[in-house]
Amino acid sequence: MSGPLALAKASANSRDEIIKPRPAADRPGLWAENPDRSVKSAGSKILNATASLVRRVAVIFLIIVMWEAFPRLGWIDPFLLPPFSEVVKGTFNLFKTGEFFKHFDKSIFRLGCGFFGGLALAIPLGVFMGWFKTFEEYLNPLVEACRNSSVLTLYPIFILLFGIGEGAKISIIMWGTTWVVLLNTIAGVKNVDPWLIKSARSIGLGDLALLRKVLLPAALPSVITGVRLGAANSILILIAAEMIGSNAGLGYMIFYFEARYAIPEMYGGVIFLALMGVAVNEALGYLEKHLTAWQEKSIYFGM
Amino acid sequence: MDHLTDLKPPVAGKIKIEFKDVRKVYRIKKEHGGCGDFVVLDNINLNVYDGEFLTLVGPSGCGKSTILDLLAGLIPNSGGAILIDGRVIEGPAMDRGFVMQAYALFPWLNVRANVEFGLSIKKIPKKERRAISGHYLEMVGLTSFANRYPHELSGGMKQRVAIARALAFDPQVLLMDEPFAALDAQTRETLQDELLGLWEKTQKTVVFVTHAIDEAVYLADRIAVMAAGPGRITDVVNIKLSRPRQGSRGSAEFGWLRHKIGQYLKSGKEIQEDQPRAVITDVAEVIDAQAAL
Repeated sequence: MSGPLALAKASANSRDEIIKPRPAADRPGLWAENPDRSVKSAGSKILNATASLVRRVAVIFLIIVMWEAFPRLGWIDPFLLPPFSEVVKGTFNLFKTGEFFKHFDKSIFRLGCGFFGGLALAIPLGVFMGWFKTFEEYLNPLVEACRNSSVLTLYPIFILLFGIGEGAKISIIMWGTTWVVLLNTIAGVKNVDPWLIKSARSIGLGDLALLRKVLLPAALPSVITGVRLGAANSILILIAAEMIGSNAGLGYMIFYFEARYAIPEMYGGVIFLALMGVAVNEALGYLEKHLTAWQEKSIYFGM
Repeated sequence: MDHLTDLKPPVAGKIKIEFKDVRKVYRIKKEHGGCGDFVVLDNINLNVYDGEFLTLVGPSGCGKSTILDLLAGLIPNSGGAILIDGRVIEGPAMDRGFVMQAYALFPWLNVRANVEFGLSIKKIPKKERRAISGHYLEMVGLTSFANRYPHELSGGMKQRVAIARALAFDPQVLLMDEPFAALDAQTRETLQDELLGLWEKTQKTVVFVTHAIDEAVYLADRIAVMAAGPGRITDVVNIKLSRPRQGSRGSAEFGWLRHKIGQYLKSGKEIQEDQPRAVITDVAEVIDAQAAL
């Protein structure tokens, strides 16, 4: 099954998930029996790795060079955009004084509670809704309405209900995580290949065994896609919530530095958040790759 | 060549599966509101003998897959009784193995784990499981593919795995629902031969559903010919083609049997269309009509 199906699967993956051909030794048939093709010399491996690294960092490096040069050459006002080295220096100062960690701790706590709270709510509920079609029919309009309402417009309501403290922030992050995970979990459970269910039922599997042995593993890729989207959402909401009403946290920190004209430190915060987003996404991408390695992947894509 | 078929039940042999006046009715919504009954199967009477290879052949919509679902215990019958070894079927169990056209291998399990699926449900210890899966993988010639995942296999290999999986928990009856319909002609013929080999080795009772007359004739001890509207068995024909049958596909006997089964199918169809049962004289017409099934 290659062709349209494989391509559709490929495009369904998030766009930063580049589909690479499997190593030749892993493929059945012709390739596996032809060792000359699958074995490469160590030298060419190192060369390949280096080339790949160069491709990955080239653009970022170029931007950093421009960031350093333009303010120094006076092409951009250095007050608005300090040279990159100044930003790095400012960021190091933040780490040294410990100011950064005060905010970081707060943010991570909120993010952790909100994100994992959202997962703990959404995944079991999603499995339940995917299983009981009628239940899903009743709840689906509500879920769609909640998912499509802009999260931050609801923030005033959350503040009203939970107060300006941690409650509102954690619950709004939870809210932002829940819906996308819920919908992906429902879809995952609902779209399990009915033949697999028939096959499992034919040897007498009960409901619980069917859930554990068939539905959950089959739904896993879809659930993980939801978790990745939910993670991206939760970071976004965290920062926004901290910017709107807070006296600590990374979002607050960035606003605070901007108000104090501590511009290099502000950029430091922004860069750190970007790196954090990348790290979370990479970690979940790694998890996804390992948990769903069984999925069919096109080897004709991205060559 | 009439010595090649007859309609008498086999004299010897113990009855394994018994259908007694089995009926299957679905309640369906009618076009203009209200509910109606849709009779899928009516008055099914059939005995399958121990160790026998029985094929069910019929046009699409005649309920031949429904018979397998009933036999597997996946759906309840609306009337009559289905017995295995004299006991009424009460839902699915591992005394029957099911092989489907869609392979239905678990994509997150490798070939070995797929074969061991039923065994792990039975809570058989790992060491024993390994031995059993190894045995059946060797039987279907896939020992070297034990660690591969289903998406790395061809259609024929997938179906071999599905057969090994169904055999692994040692059922007495093997139910096969058009298992080779999605395969190309060469692979299909290879797998038919392999299946006959496995059947002779394991002595299972096989109930095999197909819409291809060739396949039905090539595999079967007996063929139950079905007709649609409502689904029913019109004839049960003994196939007295000597085994092993490798290379018999081109023989005159085979061609004659295929033609004969085609006639049975055709006459079943005519009853459905309220026409008198006619003797068909034009052979080409029969074969042509069956090619469309």
